[in-house]
Amino acid sequence: MFRFIVRRLLQLVPTLFGLSILLFIWLHRLPGGPETALLGERGTPESRAQIRESLGLDEPLPIQYGRFVKRLVQLDLGTSISTKREVTTEFLQRFPGTVELTITAMIIAIGVGIPLGYLAARRRGSILDQASVGGSLLGTCIPIFFLAYVLKAIFAENLGWFPTIGRQDASINATHITNFFVLDGLLTREWDAAADAIWHLVLPGIALASIPLAIIVRITRASVLEVLGEDFVRTAEAKGLTERTVRRRHVLRNAMLPVATSIGLLTGLLLSGAVLTETVFAFSGIGAFIKDAISNLDYPVLMGFIMIIAVVFALVNLLVDVSYSLIDPRVRVR
Amino acid sequence: MRAARPKAAIAVVAVAALAVAGCAESERDNEGSGQSTKDTLVFGTAGDPKVLDPSLASDGESLRVARQIFETLVRPEEGGTKVTPGLAESWTPDSTGTVWTFKLRSGVKFHDGTEFNAEAVCVNFNRWYNATGLMQSADVTAYWQDVMGGFAKNEDAELPPSLFKSCTVKDTTTVDLAFTAVSSKIPAALMLPSFSIHSPKALQEFDASNVSGTADDIKYPSYAMEHPTGTGPFKFKAWNVADKTLTIERNEDYWGNKAKLKTLVFRTISDENARKQALRSGDIQGYDLVGPPDVEPLKSEGFNVLTRPAFNILYLAINQKGNPKLADVRVRQAIAYALNRQALVDSKLPPGAEVATQFLPSTVEGWNDQVTKYDYNVQKAKDLLAQAGASNLTLRFHYPTEVTRPYMPGPKDLAELMMADLKAVGINVEAIPLKWTPDYLNATTSGSAHDLHMLGWTGDYGDGYNFIGTFFARQKDEWGFNNPALFEKFAKADSTADAAARYALYKELNADIMEFLPGVPISHSPPALVLGKDVTGVKASPLTDERFATAEFKS
Amino acid sequence: MTLAPGRKKEKLDRLAELSAVHDDERGVSLWQEALRRLRRNPAAIVGAVILTVFVLVAVIGPFLVPHEPTDTMGIREGVVKSGQGLIPGPSADHWLGYDHQGRDEFSRMVVGARQTLLVGIVATLIGLTIGVLIGGVAGAAAGLGGRWGRLVDSVLMRIVDMMLSLPSLLLAVSVAALLGPGLTTVMIAVGVVSVPIFARLLRGSMIAQANRDYVVAASSLGVRESKIAISHILPNSLAPVIVQATLTLATAIIEVAALSFLGLGNPDSAVPEWGLMLADAQPYLGIRPELAIYPAVGIIITALGFTLLGEAMREALDPKLRR
Repeated sequence: MFRFIVRRLLQLVPTLFGLSILLFIWLHRLPGGPETALLGERGTPESRAQIRESLGLDEPLPIQYGRFVKRLVQLDLGTSISTKREVTTEFLQRFPGTVELTITAMIIAIGVGIPLGYLAARRRGSILDQASVGGSLLGTCIPIFFLAYVLKAIFAENLGWFPTIGRQDASINATHITNFFVLDGLLTREWDAAADAIWHLVLPGIALASIPLAIIVRITRASVLEVLGEDFVRTAEAKGLTERTVRRRHVLRNAMLPVATSIGLLTGLLLSGAVLTETVFAFSGIGAFIKDAISNLDYPVLMGFIMIIAVVFALVNLLVDVSYSLIDPRVRVR
Repeated sequence: MRAARPKAAIAVVAVAALAVAGCAESERDNEGSGQSTKDTLVFGTAGDPKVLDPSLASDGESLRVARQIFETLVRPEEGGTKVTPGLAESWTPDSTGTVWTFKLRSGVKFHDGTEFNAEAVCVNFNRWYNATGLMQSADVTAYWQDVMGGFAKNEDAELPPSLFKSCTVKDTTTVDLAFTAVSSKIPAALMLPSFSIHSPKALQEFDASNVSGTADDIKYPSYAMEHPTGTGPFKFKAWNVADKTLTIERNEDYWGNKAKLKTLVFRTISDENARKQALRSGDIQGYDLVGPPDVEPLKSEGFNVLTRPAFNILYLAINQKGNPKLADVRVRQAIAYALNRQALVDSKLPPGAEVATQFLPSTVEGWNDQVTKYDYNVQKAKDLLAQAGASNLTLRFHYPTEVTRPYMPGPKDLAELMMADLKAVGINVEAIPLKWTPDYLNATTSGSAHDLHMLGWTGDYGDGYNFIGTFFARQKDEWGFNNPALFEKFAKADSTADAAARYALYKELNADIMEFLPGVPISHSPPALVLGKDVTGVKASPLTDERFATAEFKS
Repeated sequence: MTLAPGRKKEKLDRLAELSAVHDDERGVSLWQEALRRLRRNPAAIVGAVILTVFVLVAVIGPFLVPHEPTDTMGIREGVVKSGQGLIPGPSADHWLGYDHQGRDEFSRMVVGARQTLLVGIVATLIGLTIGVLIGGVAGAAAGLGGRWGRLVDSVLMRIVDMMLSLPSLLLAVSVAALLGPGLTTVMIAVGVVSVPIFARLLRGSMIAQANRDYVVAASSLGVRESKIAISHILPNSLAPVIVQATLTLATAIIEVAALSFLGLGNPDSAVPEWGLMLADAQPYLGIRPELAIYPAVGIIITALGFTLLGEAMREALDPKLRR
């Protein structure tokens, strides 16, 4: 097991290496060069020269690259042009929000998707089946920010059931320790603050969950159908086991494996979607900040965030692989 | 065994959570929670403040916050532009008009408990006057430089000499401010939030003048980011950059009427539509920069839409250095005739907006109804272009994106209409959209690589010089012309102490400007802010100087 | 082992025949069979109908529109006062009413269809071309290559992995931020995102093909390896790629809209494109939500058309699902 993890971690190295080269090239190819990227358009010649010197831009490329990597490894990602604060600080303050949001979306997608996909497969051809197949096709075709707008306009703006913006009501004056607002509320026993934070997660969570939900329904349905046709299920049924037992012991368990493997893929979708959803709901996570960085041409933030997200994404994939190999020993072979 | 594992895991997590919970303390003061939240107002703003020291700020969002925390010697009347007492109870110039004696209010305390007095006033003026290094950068002390010109020791040879000369303490409540010349700006300009009086103790303690970094990567001292200390009805509490909220709370020791709200939160919501939705759903209880299409619907739903007087100007600037043809007045006239400004105002601007005939709103003394007007006339525009030999003219048209300014709602839409008008008279237009920050202002107000661009101005105080003087009193890259006769007349007007005589000169200047036509004035439009249905006590100000101390929820 | 040119050609022809029917028991080609199955699938029919209408509108529509899509007639005539909340809805002359700039919304939707289709197709083609190049080379190298082949394959696949190591929208955003906002930017950014998908897919199916009998037969007959790769393995591996291209068109259209929403799209809205129209309509949601709904529905229906057809094609071509 340990060796498996080590091997997978080693596989990360070339990917990260390549990514760092890409970002390095990216930085150098930006219109106006790295000085402009780091200073914005308003740089005076002196400060440009200063930056050129501090980055060693007049030295040979490999040496420059070495420095670049050194700074990356030290997590020195520079300073945001728009907020004047460290990029790493910005990330750490906002990441908890995105984590809360993606977890909410994942819970919604899995909690609704698996039962729905299962039922659709069990009652193949029924109205429920057709509706969930059609719905999941539609789900992948709706631009996520449009869905977010529609949800917000109906359930928040007009019905007033949910808040339209942010992670927590600004007038609640909650105590924050970890920046995971729900967790903070529970830890400090400010129950109203925790409830309010959860309340703020519902609509963006649903909007963000739409595509993963559609995918999970389809995967679950397909794999349940496949499992239902397999010999061991027929044997179990022939043995006279009740439908409930068969369902619990065999069908669901086996059908969930493909869903588990797709969680890595879904994380990617969720991180992409977070940029759009957080923007619509003015939800202060990394996604909304990336959108701000695009608007402000805040390259240090864009670059730093992309690098960190790539690492996080890779680690999530690793985690998924490891836990998958725990569930299904067959994967570990090789 | 297999079933036991998850249970064990849950138990471990639960124990860990309890352990952490034991250490975690709610930092919340309990008086506020549980009760009705009706003493907290959350106000939506379009952008984040940059810095909380108003002496270093020039953006509206920073100044809005500063206006609640700080006070100035003189202040505008509520809802108007007239100069009224602030921290000074009265003020008189001497016979030369260059030395002003301010009689200060007594019994005023700063938020840190120290006394406000004549000494404090001089500490502040000397801090600005003796600024060095980056404190002399136009990005840092923009308003000081606008009003006073330069500093005690100018580090940049281009800076003009300082208008401010010295500050003298007469007694604890009397102070003399001496200036090097008579100026139209005194005392009105001292209403600007940038002349807010800070606590000398806090200035020193938090190193307020230590602006570091480089000219384009300015690092502000901790005073400007975390410890602004004034005398105002609210005091600073917290600024959560990630969460985009800035919280200020009631100053219980305020010398005047205490604020009715306990807490005031400024929440940044950059999207106009999102601000409206947040108001309608009750997440916020007011916001600024209401989109023109939303004004009527919000009113009819019962929200308090406050429309400010149109104390602003939107113009199309013409840079005579950008294209040689633009130095020909006929070409500039053609551009003016080509624009269907009436249609633009009717269709894109909020009710109450009007076409501008000059670069000054009609409510300001010095406005002239006799200026040359350029009504929409396609044929005339074409003829003028032909006469000037510029029938195949190509012009770059800069416009900002992702921004709304009080004088310019939806710049992209406005630009599209203007460009269509210009194309209709045969001018080829190359559209150059740029993000407002950091590119736009830089691209249009420096260098000469721009021909036409949209920009505007909201008045800072009620004197005409603040508009036309800001634009045309000296040679500027934005317009790219040199007109000594005009510049001299401006200098003369500025140093005319007699108000009536000065206004007469402004009238002449407005006529001259519209003859010379350095750009096309487009519109004056009334920006609106909105407050919740149950919020009262806020008065719209033409200077965007809305005070929240009087705001309250009616029950 | 060398063969006379004439004899070799004869052999190749025979091989081509073999490979065309290799996967079929009834003597009908793969594609004919797939088409037959497609016609029986109602989802495919719906998808095809949607797409036919869409393409017809996109190709012919712009010649038939009642008004110039860039003409701000509503403002000139003083009917549209969006600053005061007045944007007239449908009328006999303007079937979908005006947009916020006083232009005819119907004409813009129609011309927008062409732009949207064009942007989607170009983006997909960019992804397809680069992806097929990378995947094809990697696949050929892996399937037939020795040591060098494996090296080429693994280097190319690492590049692809790298692209996959970023969530798709972030990859598009980084590309777009590098190029600056604009229509070309959007097409390239969206195209780049699909490169790794095409590359992996083609490589995978080529490797699968390489182990098939006819390839083994050809190489034992002494046909040059590059020849086998290009004339046999590649064409036979393209089926999944074509299916994927159909599906990618759907995501491309949606991603273009997302980039426009993020402010990376074409800043000049004179030329209408659905994603941009959707983004531009945001300030007017309160008074005329239809201005957002029309392009949104256009995007959804079109994406649905491509998805339905693509999914149906995938099912039809999947040997596992046949029978």
